[in-house]
Amino acid sequence: MPATVGLELRSWAPLLALIVSCVGFGLAAPGFATVENLWTIADRSAIPLILAVGTTFIILQGSIDLSIEGVMAASSLTFAMCVLNNRTGLDLGLFSLVLATCAGAGLGLLTGLVTACLRVPSFMVTLGVWSASMGIAMLLSGDQPPLIKDPMLRALGLGRSLAVPNLFLVAVAVVLLGYILQSYTRFGRYSMVIGGGEDMARLLGLPVDGYKVLAFAFGGLLSGLGGALESARIGLGHVDVGAGQMFATITAVVIGGTSLGGGRGGVLQSALGTLTLAVLTNGMIFVGISPYAQKSVQGALILLAALVTTWPLRSRLRIVK
Amino acid sequence: MTEPVLHVEKLSKSFAGVRALDDVSLDVRPREVLGLVGENGAGKSTLLKVLAGVLRADRGRIIVRGMPVSPVNVVAAAAAGIGIVFQEQAVLPNVTVAENILLGHERPALRAGFYDWPRLYALAAAQLDKLGAKISPSAPTATLSFAERQMVEIARALAIEERTRHEPIILFDEPTSMLDANGTETVLEQIERLRRRASVVFVSHRLDEVLRVSDRVCVMVNGRCVATRDRAMCNVADLQRLMLGRELDAKYQRQPLSAHGPKVRLSVRALGRRNSYHGVSFELHAGEVLGISELAGSGVQSLCRTLFGAERADTGEIVLDGRSVRLREPADAVGLGIGYVPAERRLEGIVGGFGVRENMTLAHLDEIRRGPFIHLAGERQVVKSWIERMRIRTPTADTPAHDLSGGNQQKVVLAKWLVGRKLKVLILDHPSRGLDVGAKAELFALIREFARAGLGVLLVADTVEEVMALSDSIIVMKDGVVSGRFPASAAKPSRLQILERMV
Repeated sequence: MPATVGLELRSWAPLLALIVSCVGFGLAAPGFATVENLWTIADRSAIPLILAVGTTFIILQGSIDLSIEGVMAASSLTFAMCVLNNRTGLDLGLFSLVLATCAGAGLGLLTGLVTACLRVPSFMVTLGVWSASMGIAMLLSGDQPPLIKDPMLRALGLGRSLAVPNLFLVAVAVVLLGYILQSYTRFGRYSMVIGGGEDMARLLGLPVDGYKVLAFAFGGLLSGLGGALESARIGLGHVDVGAGQMFATITAVVIGGTSLGGGRGGVLQSALGTLTLAVLTNGMIFVGISPYAQKSVQGALILLAALVTTWPLRSRLRIVK
Repeated sequence: MTEPVLHVEKLSKSFAGVRALDDVSLDVRPREVLGLVGENGAGKSTLLKVLAGVLRADRGRIIVRGMPVSPVNVVAAAAAGIGIVFQEQAVLPNVTVAENILLGHERPALRAGFYDWPRLYALAAAQLDKLGAKISPSAPTATLSFAERQMVEIARALAIEERTRHEPIILFDEPTSMLDANGTETVLEQIERLRRRASVVFVSHRLDEVLRVSDRVCVMVNGRCVATRDRAMCNVADLQRLMLGRELDAKYQRQPLSAHGPKVRLSVRALGRRNSYHGVSFELHAGEVLGISELAGSGVQSLCRTLFGAERADTGEIVLDGRSVRLREPADAVGLGIGYVPAERRLEGIVGGFGVRENMTLAHLDEIRRGPFIHLAGERQVVKSWIERMRIRTPTADTPAHDLSGGNQQKVVLAKWLVGRKLKVLILDHPSRGLDVGAKAELFALIREFARAGLGVLLVADTVEEVMALSDSIIVMKDGVVSGRFPASAAKPSRLQILERMV
C-alpha cells in the first residue's frame, strides 16, 4: 500500500460530510433513503466523477482547468456526428466513443503544450481552449444538433446493468484507474511532487513539463469521455452538454480536500467531494427547497465546506489568494 | 599521492558581470573530506552549484575519475557520481520519505511502470541504514523533524552510490547553518561516517566545524581558491587570516555597558500562549540589547512572533512606552514601531524577486510617499544612504534580493526596519544564521550601533557566546518559561552560569 500522505483527521472530513448529509436528508425526507434514489444519485454523479478524476491531477500539480465545458461540447459533437445519426452518413459505433475521447485528449494536449512549453499560465490557456473548442462545437452543430440513433450507445447512456446505471459503472472504473495512476505511477506521484515544490522538482532535473502536458492531456481525455457519454445519455450532440460542469467539478475537487495550491489531495477525495455535491443537490429537491433557493443553499454549503477544510490552516501570516 | 576523484580545472562563472568564480582549480581525493571556507560571496555556493549541475560554468573543466563531465542538471550530476545536500532543505513535505530519497531514480522500484511500494521502501531503507537513521521510509516527510529531513537529503545524495558503482562525491552546502548544537553534531557525525564510503566537500561558516571534520581546507576569496591547507597545519586564526586578509579582533567585543536611561521601551507582563510559553515577563530599555538564550523548543520563536503580532497571546499584556498595546496583526506592530527579523530569511525576511530597493522600503512606504504616490527620487536616496551606511554589497539598488549573499540579504532585512523613522523595538530571531565570521562581526557592530542610538533590541541568537558578546541583559528560556535572568546591573554572567539555566 502506498502511504497516503496527510492522513489526519481533516482528510476524513469529506467522508464525514457525505455521511452526515446522507443521514440528514434520510431523516428529513422519507423518499430520500431508498434504493431507487440511491441509483438516481449514482447516475447523476457519473459524469461529474469522470470529470473530477481528470481535474484532480491538474489541480494536484498546481494548475487549473477551465476548459472542461468547451472540451465536452467539442467531443459531444464529434461523437454525435460519428455514430449513427440524422446528420452524417457515418455509423462508427463504439469507435466514435474512442474518437470523441481522443478529440478531448488532443485539446488537452494542446493546453498542456502551451502551458508547459510556452509558459502561459493554465488559467489563461484553458480559458482560451474553452472558447476555441466551444466554437468548434458550434460550427459542427450549426442550427441543427445531430440526433443519436445508435441503439447500443443509447443503451449505454441510459441503461442499467444489474440495477446499477451503466454510466456509474464507467465512472467507478475511471475513479479506480485514477486511483491507481495516482498511487502507483510516476505520473501520479510526480504530480504530487510538482504541486508540492515545482522549483525543487526542476532543480532535481525531473521532467516537470512532460508531466504537466500529460496531466492536461489526461484531463482533456476524461472531459472528452464525459462529453461523449453525456451525449449518449441525452441522445443528442449539443454544445451545452457541459453546462455548469466546470464550476461543479472544481467545487467538488476542492470540497474533497484537494488544495488549489497543489500538492495535497487525491482522486478518492475528489470522488467523495463529487458524491457529496450530488447528494446535496438531490436531497434539496426531496426536502422541498424551492429551485430558486437551491442555488443559494448550494453556494452556502460550498462556503461552509471550504471553511471546514481550511479551518486548521488559519494563521495570521498565511497568504490567501 | 592518490589520484583525485574530482578534479576541477580553471572554472569560471560570472553573474551579470560579477565574477563569482575566477579560475578555480582544486582536487578532491578519494574518501577525503575537503572543507571549503570563505566569506559570503566568495563563491563557495556557486562552485558547489556548478559541480552539482544547478548552474553551468562559463569556462573550465570538471573531471570525475579521469572523465570530463559537464552536468546539465542534478540528475545528470548524480549520474556522474556527484550528489549535493542543499543549504536550504530541498525535501518535499507532501510525499513519503522514500520518494524523496529516490526522487528521479525510482526505476529500480518500478514493475511494468507501476510502483512496487515495498521495494521502494526497501531501497530507501538501505540508504537510511547507511546513515544509521531511524526514519520510516513510508512516513510522510512533513511529519519529520528538521534534523531528520536533513538525513533524508543526505540519504538521497548517498543513493548515487547504487547507480555509479563508484563511491559518490557528496557536496554539502552549509548543512549546519540552520541547525542548533544537537543537529550540527548529528550532521558532523554523518560526514565522519561518510568518509568510509564517499568523498565529501563540506562548506561551512563555522571554522571550528570545518577543522574538525576536514582532512584539508580550501580557502576561497573573491571567487578564487587562495590556499589549501592540511588540517594538521592550520588553526581557526590561520583560516580567518587567509579569508579576510587580516586578523579579526578577539571575538565580538563586548562594549562597556552603556548606562542606558531608565526609560523602559517594551515591557512584557506574564505573557502566555498555550503550548508555547507562559508567564514570561521582562523589560527592555531604550538603548539596551536584551539577549535570550534558549534551546530549540523553548517557545522563544513563538514569543518573538507574538511581540510582532503574528501570533496571539492567550494571557498577559504587552506595554510599549508605558501604554498597553494590542497586536492583532503584524501591521499593528509595524505601526507602533516594532520590527522583526525572522529566522527564516528566505521565507519570511525578504521578497526574493524584488530588488534591494523595494525590499528595503516595503514596510515603510508611508514615509517616502507624497500624497498617494511613492516619491521615487526620495526612495532612491534613502535606499542609497542605507546601502552605504550598512556596507551592503550589491551591484545596483535594483538587484533582486535573492541574488545577494546571505550576509547582504540580512543587512537588507535589517535596513527594512531601520528605514522606519519611529522604530522603537527591533526583534532579531537568530540574525546571524548562515553568515560568515566577517558578516557576523559587521552585523553585530551594526546592532550595537543602533542600540546606542536608543533602540531596544531583543536578540535570540544561535550560541551562548553570541548572546554574551552582544547583550546588556540576558534571560534564559527553557520549555516555555524564563529559567534565568542576568540583568545588566548585575555582574556579567559566565558561559557556565547561562548553560546551567538552559539544561
